[in-house]
Amino acid sequence: MKYESQGIAKMYFIAAIGLFVGQILFGVTMGLQYVMGDFLFPEIPFNVARMVHTNLLIVWLLFGFMGSAYYLIPEEAERELFSPILAKVMFWIFLVAGALTILGYLLVPYARLAELTMNDLLPTMGREFLEQPTITKIGIVIVALAFIFNIGMTVLTGRKTVINLVLLTGLVGLAVFFLFSFYNPDNIVLDKYFWWFVVHLWVEGVWELIMASLLAYVLIKVTGVDREVIEKWLYIIIAMALISGLVGTGHHFFWIGTPGYWQWLGSIFSALEPIPFFMMTLFAFNVVNKRRRDHPNKAAVLWALGTAVMAFLGAGVWGFLHTLAPVNFYTHGTQITAAHGHMAFYGAYVMVVLTMISYSMPLMRGQKAANETAQKLEIRSFWTMTLSMVAITLLLTGAGIMQVYLQRYSADPLPFMVVQDELATFYWLREVAGITFLIGLFMYIYSFFVKGKEVEDVE
Amino acid sequence: MRETFTKGMARNIYYGGSVFFFLVLIGLTVDTVKRLPATDNSENLTEQVAEGKRVWEVNNCIGCHTLLGEGAYFAPELGNVYTRFGESTEAIKAFIKYRPVEGIEDRRSMPQFNLTDEELEAVAQFLKYVDGVKTARDWPPNIQG
Repeated sequence: MKYESQGIAKMYFIAAIGLFVGQILFGVTMGLQYVMGDFLFPEIPFNVARMVHTNLLIVWLLFGFMGSAYYLIPEEAERELFSPILAKVMFWIFLVAGALTILGYLLVPYARLAELTMNDLLPTMGREFLEQPTITKIGIVIVALAFIFNIGMTVLTGRKTVINLVLLTGLVGLAVFFLFSFYNPDNIVLDKYFWWFVVHLWVEGVWELIMASLLAYVLIKVTGVDREVIEKWLYIIIAMALISGLVGTGHHFFWIGTPGYWQWLGSIFSALEPIPFFMMTLFAFNVVNKRRRDHPNKAAVLWALGTAVMAFLGAGVWGFLHTLAPVNFYTHGTQITAAHGHMAFYGAYVMVVLTMISYSMPLMRGQKAANETAQKLEIRSFWTMTLSMVAITLLLTGAGIMQVYLQRYSADPLPFMVVQDELATFYWLREVAGITFLIGLFMYIYSFFVKGKEVEDVE
Repeated sequence: MRETFTKGMARNIYYGGSVFFFLVLIGLTVDTVKRLPATDNSENLTEQVAEGKRVWEVNNCIGCHTLLGEGAYFAPELGNVYTRFGESTEAIKAFIKYRPVEGIEDRRSMPQFNLTDEELEAVAQFLKYVDGVKTARDWPPNIQG
């Protein structure tokens, strides 16, 4: 760690991991509700558990991105963070606001929460992933602006590299597109259309810039490969991400009352969306093979390679599976979507944050890398979580194929709930995989506390 | 990558490509918004429907159901529920109104939201309005949603 203010990342990462645990606990709760419909009913109905599950994911990934930026930006800019105090204050504001929002979901009925937070003044609640009370959304904007000001000033007054500029662009885009969450017209088609300007342009747009720059940074650090080479890859990957992903938004405009041409545009451009992820995989393996040093942090190298592969599988391959309009006609809004969502989020965004944590946490704790025993456990947790997620994805895909056939494709389509009963075996197995994922997460956390032989520095 | 392909070229593809396709997206958005009145059923978008959308939102219906395929996959699609319930807003209202407070043993059950008669009517009208949106190929594929 070259600059003291990089250490601020630590509190962000600890909060991120804590919220991650909460996310998975609610995930396994929902998994059980899929097969035991009355589990925790009416105290925690499915919709509440889901809201907590998805919102915790978003919040902890944002903590992860912010922590990563606070670690990376000073080192790349070759100066201390513009305002470490501001970063610490914003941490507590964001954590308290996030915690209060989640408690609000759990402790009072959602309609009451809307009333308490005066949703009527500017109604923004009750849309998928954007369930936060309007006041929380305003808080998110304030925290995001303060954060961008802080790292923006650091970059602008320091060394500008391709990595910190791309990261900054991604983070500014994240804040800008979030503003669409305040637009909630009565017209349902317009509402849905612009809702995707937050959701799609985040996860299939600007977040890819964040992800690629974080990955590029870690790869420079652990491989020692020349920055020029890595920056060229970075440019071409994010170029392909935006060239395919911007008009690729159209794959969400097939069946919501929007013009028919989106079926062509959405299909063609989103069919190109796997390309940047495939390039990321090539990139990661290429630079690791050409490495000029064997970094003692083997776990971080594994996470980096794993991110590239799993993002390609989850976002690229599983996205492509159902992105062509004639296929999506049958699969839209089924368990196929759930399968893709799980592996894409895990592979691209969860794993890239864990890559950053894996690389930077030992450095913030005054070590080159975690000790050998700890790394072994971390590597085991990598495989436990990743293989569990593969299992979840395959099982949901199986459930989805069967659902599509029974409910949408067969000569005699069955009602939704009848079909759900037929899928119980898939859901039970998915629940088992969910629990092994949780075990993997506990192993991961435990790896931070394991004592053992310090790693040899082989530089 | 080959030496002939320089970082400068990669950078230009990034800037040029992203600006160009961002402008394309904006252009298509303008065109889409202009064309929407032909399909979006806005002629039936009354005050009551708008109120129904609020009821839909503040009870987090999207947390279990899909609406035109978007939402959660735990409970049935509601974009065509008006058709599925025999084009009866009364049937929709009755279904929501008589959900057991304690749920149904071993089964998924919709919570009892204690909606007023006015709210029930509004949300039923909202679902009728959404059913009237002209989706491409008349999605969903069949009445089961």
